[in-house]
Amino acid sequence: MLGPLFYLGAMGLALGTLVDRHGTASLGGVSYLAFVAPAILASGAMNAAMSEASYPVFGSIKWNRIYIAAQASPLRPGDIFRGHLMFMTMRIAMNAALVTVYMWVFGATSSPWVVLAWPAATLTGLAFAAPIAAWAMTLQTEMSFAYLFRFGMMPLMLFSGTFFPLSQLPGWLRVLAYVTPLWQGVDLCRMLSLGDVDLPRALIHVAYLTALSAFGVWAGARTYRRRLYV
Amino acid sequence: MSHPPGSVNQVSHSEVLVRARGLTKRFGDFTAVDGIDFDLYRGEAFGFLGPNGAGKSSTMRMIGCVSPPSGGELAILGRDPVRDGSAIRARLGVVPQEDTLDVELTVRENLLVYGRYFGLPRRVIRERTDALLDFVQLSDRARDKVDPLSGGLKRRLTIARSLINEPEILILDEPTTGLDPQARHVVWDRLFRLKQRGVTLILTTHYMDEAEQLCDRLVVMDHGTFAAEGSPRDLITRYCSPEVLELRFGPDEHELAADKLTDFPAERAEVLADRILLYVTDGDDALAAVRGTGLEPLTSLVRRGTLEDVFLRLTGRRLEDLWSGGYGGADSPPMRGGFRGVVPPG
Repeated sequence: MLGPLFYLGAMGLALGTLVDRHGTASLGGVSYLAFVAPAILASGAMNAAMSEASYPVFGSIKWNRIYIAAQASPLRPGDIFRGHLMFMTMRIAMNAALVTVYMWVFGATSSPWVVLAWPAATLTGLAFAAPIAAWAMTLQTEMSFAYLFRFGMMPLMLFSGTFFPLSQLPGWLRVLAYVTPLWQGVDLCRMLSLGDVDLPRALIHVAYLTALSAFGVWAGARTYRRRLYV
Repeated sequence: MSHPPGSVNQVSHSEVLVRARGLTKRFGDFTAVDGIDFDLYRGEAFGFLGPNGAGKSSTMRMIGCVSPPSGGELAILGRDPVRDGSAIRARLGVVPQEDTLDVELTVRENLLVYGRYFGLPRRVIRERTDALLDFVQLSDRARDKVDPLSGGLKRRLTIARSLINEPEILILDEPTTGLDPQARHVVWDRLFRLKQRGVTLILTTHYMDEAEQLCDRLVVMDHGTFAAEGSPRDLITRYCSPEVLELRFGPDEHELAADKLTDFPAERAEVLADRILLYVTDGDDALAAVRGTGLEPLTSLVRRGTLEDVFLRLTGRRLEDLWSGGYGGADSPPMRGGFRGVVPPG
């Protein structure tokens, strides 16, 4: 709840005044706050997705074992997976709604399109949550989550055009960043937040994130079944 | 133990609820359940006894339609558990070995959420919740969070929860493991009432007294197969002498006594780490005869044969020893914990 508020305050307002003083041509001529806010929205959705789809999923079979309880009912493993994924998506959406409101309050956006940045961020979260939940069900120990956060979340947060434009990266790294799901989400949210929508590019982002979500939903039904129905 | 005649043992052996033929479950190279046959009838209480790793839980999971058989036939309520698992589960109640309650929710909320898994309307769940909490004597804790409840109360809540769909078959995997004696008796009492109401009970246990209390019929399971089956009384008559003489000797004399007594004219002698059991027709006579050989036990006890003796005879192991890993006999069996790696989680 407060995380995004602090990010917006520290990065957008405090760091922003420093950045803005040196000219914002590389940001596309907008204030740093306007540049960074939609990225905070998208990466916040990713973070929420990662925390909802990692330990809680693993714990549902290993610790509080509520999947084992649910499994004794008519629910099938796929039902359990999709039900939990719906819950995660709801949490991600609630988070994103809050950040969107903050953005408006802080004056980080003035475009009516920002209303669509909310579902865009939620879709970004889902694109992470579904495959990560699917993967979490294949684990025997929770150790791997540390790698997810260290080698997944951190670099994505830093190198997906969140805090600085991708044009600042060397060419080969830029290509790498383009294919990451977070950049797709950041760019989509940013276009909507700035009210400067390149429709074909936006559609590519939506298609990419939808495909990743769909893959996760497909994979989760399988990994849940393999784990629960043995 | 035998229940008052004429009350509950009048099981109509006409309707088979669970039928298994050559039922097998394999995990990789390990065969957990090795071709077992059984029929479970409506209204009876059927027990699976055995040490950890004997295949009880795997059998329970197959009956609970959450584990596909690797071989053989299995029909539950006349249907195929693989194809109709969801429909069958709608008519089963399951009390898992370890509590799987939502500890962050209240007692009532647990039943609400669980009832919704079964697609029951909220109104129905509300009505049943009142009756069920009353049944397990938890009405006054209805609004409390689950986490601080004692083990016994949690178990009772788990039982109440498993009854939310008014199941025809209730599957209980070690229902009283880890409970104190008083809490166990409350659970037994509630299960006994359920049986009187016509609910079919299937339970696993490694407590002999539990099996004697609750089961009309039981099987002793070992290494994935049935070592014996029958009513508790049958099994005791078949596999145990009328009386058992328990002798305890000082540490120095124990081995000497063991050597002497194995040739003793008893039906059978069993040498445990701390005592010697003689299976005899008359315990007092036997004790006199033991003393006649010049042996003087520190303590002696004459008692009737129990399921524990049956189990010892059939598997060569005492259940409580397997439980604590304390069996010190020469043929001390390896703890089955080694198989845990291939047994599915949960």
